[in-house]
Amino acid sequence: MAEETGLVFHPMDQFIVKPLFGDGPVMWYTPTNATLWMLLAVVCVVALFVLGTRGRAVIPTRLQSVAEVFYGFIYKMVEDVTGHDGVKYFPWIMTLFLFIFFSNMLALIPTAFAPTSHIAVTAVLGFGVFIAVTVIGFVKNGASFLGMFWMKEAPLFLRPIIAVIEVISYFVRPVSHSIRLAGNITAGHAVVKVFAAFAGIALIAPVSILAITAIYALEVLVAVIQAYVFTILTCVYLKDALHPAH
Amino acid sequence: MELAAAAALGKYIGAGIAAIGAGIAAVGVGNVAANYLAGALRNPSAAASQTATLFIGLAFAEALGIFAFLVALLLMFAA
Amino acid sequence: MATETLADGVVQGGAAVGSCLGLDGSAIGMPQLCTDWMPNQIFWLLIALIAIYFFLSRIGLPRIGAVLAERQGTITNDLAAAEEMKLQAVAAERAYVEALERARADANKIAAETRADIQKDLDVALAKADAEISAKTTESEARIAEIRAGAMDAVTQVAKDTAKELVAALGGSPDARAVTAAVSARLKG
Repeated sequence: MAEETGLVFHPMDQFIVKPLFGDGPVMWYTPTNATLWMLLAVVCVVALFVLGTRGRAVIPTRLQSVAEVFYGFIYKMVEDVTGHDGVKYFPWIMTLFLFIFFSNMLALIPTAFAPTSHIAVTAVLGFGVFIAVTVIGFVKNGASFLGMFWMKEAPLFLRPIIAVIEVISYFVRPVSHSIRLAGNITAGHAVVKVFAAFAGIALIAPVSILAITAIYALEVLVAVIQAYVFTILTCVYLKDALHPAH
Repeated sequence: MELAAAAALGKYIGAGIAAIGAGIAAVGVGNVAANYLAGALRNPSAAASQTATLFIGLAFAEALGIFAFLVALLLMFAA
Repeated sequence: MATETLADGVVQGGAAVGSCLGLDGSAIGMPQLCTDWMPNQIFWLLIALIAIYFFLSRIGLPRIGAVLAERQGTITNDLAAAEEMKLQAVAAERAYVEALERARADANKIAAETRADIQKDLDVALAKADAEISAKTTESEARIAEIRAGAMDAVTQVAKDTAKELVAALGGSPDARAVTAAVSARLKG
């Protein structure tokens, strides 16, 4: 894009991973800006769920009641979607939700880095859920887990076709699961950057700034909804693994 | 050089065409929300229990739009 | 972003850059697809997830679960206590109403007895008074009759005497018996 003159669009530069200290190569252990923002998400979780609840108050403080709202929301979701035997996976689902939620939210701070915009990150989350759910399905149900792909309600001659489609859609799940999150976050941040580049022209700068404000509000919504959607889809997949008959 | 210019041109045209998919996904998302709202107004007592389904449907509809956007991005920046 | 990365672009132009960054420090293609950075992100992501899971499952979630259970217990206990107190209050009210009615009945009974006693005394007193009054009346009537008889005698005497005197004064010779008879006849008429 270097040949462009006038307006300078670098909407993807915000996703560059940089070492925090020095300019060395990015090895697998190097502390980078990705590290920083992921660990800030961890810090937020710890602040909310460890420091916020340290009073163990029956009448909660402000921070504790926020933590309780998160707890109640996700717990109810897990219980409603997966049923009672899904509740033992609640800490894992809570972990996923809180990581994604705080990563998305922290990424909305200007100049922040968005870990969840990276397909490497969301693919680990998505395929992690996929592998875990598949393993749980086979451990809980044995070979009858495969019955999920064999529709007993369908006419006999359609069943193989449906089974093929079901298998494909099952294997597409982790892909769409991870790309949905990364794509949403990437799209939002890139759009904000594009509008920010338009702000370089004085004439349309006010419009551009208004647009950034509006997009930003939408992005706050998207950050919350994508965390919610990722979590509830995890619950749905988990339900399929626990009760493949349905 | 001619070929490279044509490739660049095709890249941008392709990205533009792919971006149409985002608009079509918007129609899909609107459809989901509109039908949910219509159903919810018919039977408000059942609406609250279906918000999770609503969001799942929205997510599926939106994911395809995101795929289209992704194709556009890949063409723009990665191809 | 562009101005910021331009400064250290020269440094990054060395071995550090790899295939993902251009000479000016901006991204070539999508940074998301740069495989050089993926191990780093995956490693730190796993660290972050394990840290969050550890803090949540060991500290955060049991604590909140305990607090919520305790609150539920407290609310249940309080509701039970309130229910019990309500029952007590109802019982107390019933006892109060009963006592009130008993007291009212007692009061009515006492009032009736008292009234009866008073009525009895009153009746006795009235009877006595009536008897006294009738005795007094009889006596008075006797006295009146006596007085009236006396008065009648005196009047007769006075009339006879006066008639005799009148006859004498008019110059007649009063025949005592005739005068008396005439006066008596007149008095009777």
